[in-house]
Amino acid sequence: MKFMILLHSNAHFAQRWEALTPEQRTGFGADHLALTRELAGSGELVASEGLADPSLARWVSTAEGSPVVADGPFAETKEHLAGFYLVDVADAERAEEIAARVPDAVWGLVEVRPVLDMSGWDM
Amino acid sequence: MSGAGAGPAVVEALRAAAPAALGTLARRHRDFGACEDALQEALVAASQTWAADGLPTNPTGWLVTTATRRLVEGLRRDTARRRREELDARREPPPAEVAPGDDTVALLLLCCHPALRTPSQVALTLRAVGGLTTAEIARGLLLPEATVAQRISRAKAKLTEVGRTFADPDDDERRARLPAVLAVLSLVFTEGHTASAGDVLARTDLTEEAIRLTRRLADALADAPERGEALGLLALMLLTDARRAARTGPDGRLVPLAEQDRTRWDATRLAEGTALVTEVLREGVPGPYTVQAAIAAVHAEAGRAQDTDWPQVLALYDTLVGFWPDPMARLGRLVALGEVRGPEAALAALDALDEPGLRDHHRVPAVRGHLAEAAGRSDEAVAAYREAARRALSDPERAYLLDRASRLRTAGPVT
Repeated sequence: MKFMILLHSNAHFAQRWEALTPEQRTGFGADHLALTRELAGSGELVASEGLADPSLARWVSTAEGSPVVADGPFAETKEHLAGFYLVDVADAERAEEIAARVPDAVWGLVEVRPVLDMSGWDM
Repeated sequence: MSGAGAGPAVVEALRAAAPAALGTLARRHRDFGACEDALQEALVAASQTWAADGLPTNPTGWLVTTATRRLVEGLRRDTARRRREELDARREPPPAEVAPGDDTVALLLLCCHPALRTPSQVALTLRAVGGLTTAEIARGLLLPEATVAQRISRAKAKLTEVGRTFADPDDDERRARLPAVLAVLSLVFTEGHTASAGDVLARTDLTEEAIRLTRRLADALADAPERGEALGLLALMLLTDARRAARTGPDGRLVPLAEQDRTRWDATRLAEGTALVTEVLREGVPGPYTVQAAIAAVHAEAGRAQDTDWPQVLALYDTLVGFWPDPMARLGRLVALGEVRGPEAALAALDALDEPGLRDHHRVPAVRGHLAEAAGRSDEAVAAYREAARRALSDPERAYLLDRASRLRTAGPVT
């Protein structure tokens, strides 16, 4: 079963991040790297990336019939996606176990969501 | 499959020969991981050579000889120069006698060893027993090839770590560990069946692979008492797969059993599955796969949905939930109960569910919607279908449930 482990961030977290010592920040990154390596080693990792700052986001819409690209005017957005792990694991418990190992979990902003598949129950 | 470009006869021959070759190699050399790697190389070589020169008279022997050469070459590369002379003596592979008997059971037990996590068991089984390449497995499981490659090499390392080498299982070992093998084969089937509505072209057909391996397992079990459940699982796969063409509409939508065009069911598969389940039921006490197959066979017998022998389906579900605690069995039983005793009775039974694991199952609202609709309680049905759609774990199911809700909303009388 595939699960998306979503790492959310917000202004409050960003402030706490800035207050960390360089050693603490390095440790944070090293823990991510170690977890990624471990998941790759166990054959559970599908993909994992950290995302650049939301100020760099471009918002694309074809709602008007042709593509419109804009900078995000969404200053009021409280939370944004900071990174993700896409894993393929035996069950939900294992996905939660991995999520608890994500360094961001100390901020309480890690979400585990099942990925939709193409199955169907025809009974 | 193994080796793109090789014809179906070559592919069939080399995959039929692969387990016996691996068994022979593993008996002789002990190091299962190295043997499995060497066999993969031999399979690739075979797919080219056999396609060009025709099938060898003894395909298994050919594979053993070629793989042994690879193994010895590997040894030579790994060994210090001063050992070369000595090792040169081993350069010519010993005559490839193939171990008598069928190693399928022993190989499956090894690949489904309890020290491995289920996803690893699946990948290793498909490669070591199925003879699929890592790329083919990755396509089948919709995973990056690197993930599957790592899963396989990690699984082999884990087997070495826990000291498991290839060995003939005794009766106790076989009895204790065969359920894990059946679970893995069932999972391979489900992975394939799951994809039938998806991107079929890009996928390796894991459904066919699961059927092939289960058939092979049942043959290899010969007179063992566990053969019944292996045949039961085979019957279940055949009967389920027979409905494949009918279970998705032209637009990829899920078509429930009651609405399927039964003329599109595969009559050959239905006949074989039904015959198998009849045979197993005659022989002794059935296991959970056999009972599920029996339920599928009752559905198969009905030319029209309204001809279904629901009392028999319900009786089989009663048996099934007695020894198989799976929520799907309990929910299937409620659907059958609704058909036999009426939707109100089934809704009351659904309300009375008190096991948290069952009451919170994501398919409970789907069953509630179905029963409420049958009871004429449209509002309740619409709410349940929408809740079910929110909680659905698959795209076709979500679309089906939303469709069901909107049909009731627009056409059905609101009570």
